[in-house]
Amino acid sequence: MSEENKREDENTIENKSPEAPAPAEAAAAEAADQQEADAAKEQANEEKQQEQAAAEPVADSAQTEAEDVAAKPEAQPAEAPAAAAPPTVEDAAPAPAPERRKETDEEKAARRKATLEAREAAKVAAALAAAEAAKGGASAGAASAQPVAGDTQATPAAPASAASAAGEGDAFAPAPERRKETDEEKAARRKAALEAREAAKAAAAQAAAQGGAPATAAGGDGSAGGDAPPPKPPSPSQPRLDRVAAMLRELVAEDAVEEAYINEANDHLPTLVIKNDRWEQAARLFCDHAELGCKYLRNVSGVDYETHMEVVYYPWNMNAREGYCVKVRTDRDNPSVASATPIWETANWNEREIYDLLGVDFPGHPDLRRIMMPDDWVGHPLRKDYVPLDPEV
Amino acid sequence: MELDLANVSPEDRKEVERNVFFGTIEQLKGWARSNSLWPLTFGLACCAIEMMAAGGAHYDLDRFGVMFRTSPRQADVMIVSGTVTKKMAPLLKRLYDQMPEPKWVIAMGSCATAGGPYVKSYSVVKGVDQIVPVDVYIPGCPPNPAALIYGINKLQAKIRYEAKTGKQVTSR
Amino acid sequence: MIRTEELLLNVGPQHPSTHGVFRIIVKLDGEIITEATPVMGYLHRGTEKLAEDLNFTQIVPYTDRMDYVSAMTNNYVLCHAVEKMMGLEIPERAEFMRLIVMELQRVASHLVWWGTYLLDIGALSPFLYAFSDRERVLGLFNELCGARLTYNYMRVGGVKWDAPEGWIDRVKTFVKDMYFRLDEYHNLVSGNEIFLSRVKGIGQYDAETAISYGLSGANLRCTGVQWDLRKAEPYSLYDRFKFDVPVGKNGDCYDRYLIRIAEIEQSLRILEQALEQFPGEGDTMGKVPRAIRPPAGEIYVRIESPRGEIGCHIVSKGKAEPYRLKFRRPSFVNLQILPKLLVGESMTNLVTILGGIDIVLGEVDC
Repeated sequence: MSEENKREDENTIENKSPEAPAPAEAAAAEAADQQEADAAKEQANEEKQQEQAAAEPVADSAQTEAEDVAAKPEAQPAEAPAAAAPPTVEDAAPAPAPERRKETDEEKAARRKATLEAREAAKVAAALAAAEAAKGGASAGAASAQPVAGDTQATPAAPASAASAAGEGDAFAPAPERRKETDEEKAARRKAALEAREAAKAAAAQAAAQGGAPATAAGGDGSAGGDAPPPKPPSPSQPRLDRVAAMLRELVAEDAVEEAYINEANDHLPTLVIKNDRWEQAARLFCDHAELGCKYLRNVSGVDYETHMEVVYYPWNMNAREGYCVKVRTDRDNPSVASATPIWETANWNEREIYDLLGVDFPGHPDLRRIMMPDDWVGHPLRKDYVPLDPEV
Repeated sequence: MELDLANVSPEDRKEVERNVFFGTIEQLKGWARSNSLWPLTFGLACCAIEMMAAGGAHYDLDRFGVMFRTSPRQADVMIVSGTVTKKMAPLLKRLYDQMPEPKWVIAMGSCATAGGPYVKSYSVVKGVDQIVPVDVYIPGCPPNPAALIYGINKLQAKIRYEAKTGKQVTSR
Repeated sequence: MIRTEELLLNVGPQHPSTHGVFRIIVKLDGEIITEATPVMGYLHRGTEKLAEDLNFTQIVPYTDRMDYVSAMTNNYVLCHAVEKMMGLEIPERAEFMRLIVMELQRVASHLVWWGTYLLDIGALSPFLYAFSDRERVLGLFNELCGARLTYNYMRVGGVKWDAPEGWIDRVKTFVKDMYFRLDEYHNLVSGNEIFLSRVKGIGQYDAETAISYGLSGANLRCTGVQWDLRKAEPYSLYDRFKFDVPVGKNGDCYDRYLIRIAEIEQSLRILEQALEQFPGEGDTMGKVPRAIRPPAGEIYVRIESPRGEIGCHIVSKGKAEPYRLKFRRPSFVNLQILPKLLVGESMTNLVTILGGIDIVLGEVDC
């Protein structure tokens, strides 16, 4: 079920296909791998503890931890609010230990398959490393600190995912990144983890180069295939994007922000997709809030994607010299977006033009009528399915 | 003073031939009309800028007697310079109707001639001759002011020719 | 008995002073305007729809015809957008050529504005002076790329033609002469009592209104907002040159006039520096793939055209044609403030205010 959700997400994402940095994806990959490592370690722990009789309470707590860890990535790719997470947790909770372990494996496998193929290869390598780590027992875990253990599994994953990001192109890159964005605490945590991991990876790589690394680290690097490009640094606009998304969620509505990502090609412009019925309040927030203060609306464009229509706004903060890109989606048959004219005067004629050429209605607009075409024109010319009435004239 | 046409001396006759012209009234009208064409300022798009440049000091249309008039009631020729859109077309026809006879139309630029680069557009009339009868077409995008002057000269020649040969100046 | 009635006057699409086919329906109470409704679209040619079937090299000529008085900046905004999406490197000589032609174009465009504005106000001779100077610039462009008005000069990745022999020297001569001419123009017009009484205090608005209406260019700077995209978001090589950005105080027509004349001077200053630093040799075209296919995505770039912020919003699906190409035209956005400015004004000031906004109808209607 979550797999289907993920596939659907990827399809729609490809249609819109904005760009997003791979580091978040790499971070997600690494964090997910870390969780896998955690879960694997939990497994190892559980195996050991199951051999002992009085291990149950500990196992229970370990299991709940494993559930949480497993459930969070589940919630994250499904891109649904917490509604998805509790059922998974509740489903997993009452199951006895061996079944749950199997379930977590299955879920993990499903999750991996649904994301990039490279992740599978990484998982295979990671599973090998994990098996080695588990076999090596606590020595691998104890000899190097936890970050490094996670790192050895992350290292083959990170270059592979970075390579996949570079190789696969932009269509796939935004998928995990956007999923991550909808929960920005995870984003912050993963960023910190990424940075820690990068530092540790640099150290580990150095150690590996010097040949003094533990076998697993060397094996991990070797299995990844030698030197790969380092993952891209997080975007400089990332904190701004997170802050805006948080503010919108807090001050407008919990579901106001549908997507939030960074448009790298466009100077790392934070781009948000706002839910249609929350747009008016969100626009007011953009204009009036002291921190956002976007009093200057640079551009309003309408775009006709064949499945839906989109109106793109570019508000700009004159004083802080920074701006955002805000998109509002609406369906094609009765397109309607709340007018931004009461907020920014400049939206007046722009919205009239979009109404004229694309047919999007703007309730709240003071004077919505045709502007470019004659008043008695039939049809909306810029639509993809426009057929002119009189082509021979 | 007596005028004896039968006995004119050869010197007098040469003098007369030098200073007196014979022709038809139509030719006179044609000469007058061609040398003082007053266009209506009908600049629509980019060709209008070239028309303005032709009226400027460098290319100077005034030496041909061409003065731009802003009211259609006082204009002889309508230089359609620029793209004619479907929204503008009825007004163009109305302005043409408001011009008194005799009147001519010059289609300047490829948009006015045949739709130009915008021929595939949904809102462009493919050539102004779908609306008004055109006398001279000037190709170009935009045509050089020199090309505009050449077109005006051609119109002048056409007016004089039609006057001389007796064809009607405006075609119905 | 005295009875007054409101008069509905149509300042029609065919008008010598509307700068193109632009119509204003004006409700008059005597000579005071009570309401003004602009009607446009008489030059709407459907560039954006046509662009969805053309590849980017084919769209460049259409950009020329949008803001036909300042075609080089339109060319640049499109090429810049595509190059940014694709991450292309432009060789230095090509960038210099682009900058030089853009600044020359700014001079030419402001001269057109100056000549026609004064013609609207009633002074007949500055028009001839302005167009005579403009002929020199157009002659330079003609030598460079074969066209006087719609150049089709820039391509994605560089420029099409290199500067011919001696062209740079001719531009240098022009710049020197133009300084002198600017002084003449100031003497002719800027102190003229009649002119001052016609433009001072007319069409005034403050910075907040300007920002709310999204104005840009001289219309925004006349209120005191220091916002010039060449300085605020430098593109091309503008960050290498020293120039000032003239800013007004009062927000009336006179300030807009002074700012534009000062901008001509600043453009000449940039030209001087650019001609000084012009690289002796170099490519005019960067490494561009044969089929120009920007990666799937979206971008919005903006540059400072003589009229304000011109922007290009491209949504690409990875094909050679754009999926959606939208131009944010400064004249279209700047014109929105016209109804507000005209209310309560005398009818005689309509042309002054409209001319002060500096619109080009090809751009308003796109």
